[in-house]
Amino acid sequence: MTKTSLLTTATALLMAIALDTAQAGPAQKAVLEHFAALAKNADTGFQGFSAERGKKLFFDQHSGGKPETPSCTTCHGTDPTKSGRTRAGKEIKPMALSRTPERFSDLKKVEKWFRRNCRNVMGRECTPLEKGDFITFMANQ
Amino acid sequence: MLLKRGLRPFVALALSLALSLALARADLARAGNAKKRAPEKVFKEECGACHMPFPSYFLPAASWRAIMSGLEDHFGEDASLDEEVRKELEQFLVDHSARWKAGKNPPLRITELRWFRGEHGSMTRYRKRLSKRLGHEVKMSECTACHRDAERGYFDDD
Repeated sequence: MTKTSLLTTATALLMAIALDTAQAGPAQKAVLEHFAALAKNADTGFQGFSAERGKKLFFDQHSGGKPETPSCTTCHGTDPTKSGRTRAGKEIKPMALSRTPERFSDLKKVEKWFRRNCRNVMGRECTPLEKGDFITFMANQ
Repeated sequence: MLLKRGLRPFVALALSLALSLALARADLARAGNAKKRAPEKVFKEECGACHMPFPSYFLPAASWRAIMSGLEDHFGEDASLDEEVRKELEQFLVDHSARWKAGKNPPLRITELRWFRGEHGSMTRYRKRLSKRLGHEVKMSECTACHRDAERGYFDDD
């Protein structure tokens, strides 16, 4: 890649992240940058994350995972600004960053929950693109 | 010479200052190592993410080992952990486990232990009413639905 195109891509990436996450703090931005780099690696045509795609991922009914948890909404509820509930009955704080400001700030934690929950709901790992889209959606809720 | 009568209070003061400084440094060294969480904190956070962290002394070591070796299918959920954390948690649970020995098949559910069933029964009708009142299905594993201070180990308040 030429220096110019590299610079352009980097700027585009950063702008995409900046524009999509009005409320994200530095920790969330760092996590998003991590996924952006991975997404770019996987697909050179990567243009940035999309809250719309993230929203679809959250609300969709998936078939590859466990029948008891066909959707993220099964446990998190259909309103990201409200609490969800685990299958064991414990309350889950809202996914919306505006309600739970510490969300998506710890990469290890983020990776742990994506690993578990994508497997539960979809029967597979989420791609870096999906993870970034999801966080982008929730950062704007 | 230091222990001459007049100097004794000053020596005592100096020694106690030195001691408290040494202790403070040890404390700071521990606090500064912020990445290493105390095992009990790890237990409360990881084992309490989806349900109340069940008291480790309710199950014997063999049960905990069995549970901790199958976290990818933890009663139907993927509860997998990084190996380092998993090992630490398993050790914590085993260290604070019940002293009685499990038989050939270590029990995996506290709610199916004989003493537990003796205490509670199945409470089907009561749970139905409670589930309606609370707005979600209350399972026997949700101790805090009836035992408000269960997370602190108190179960006598029901």
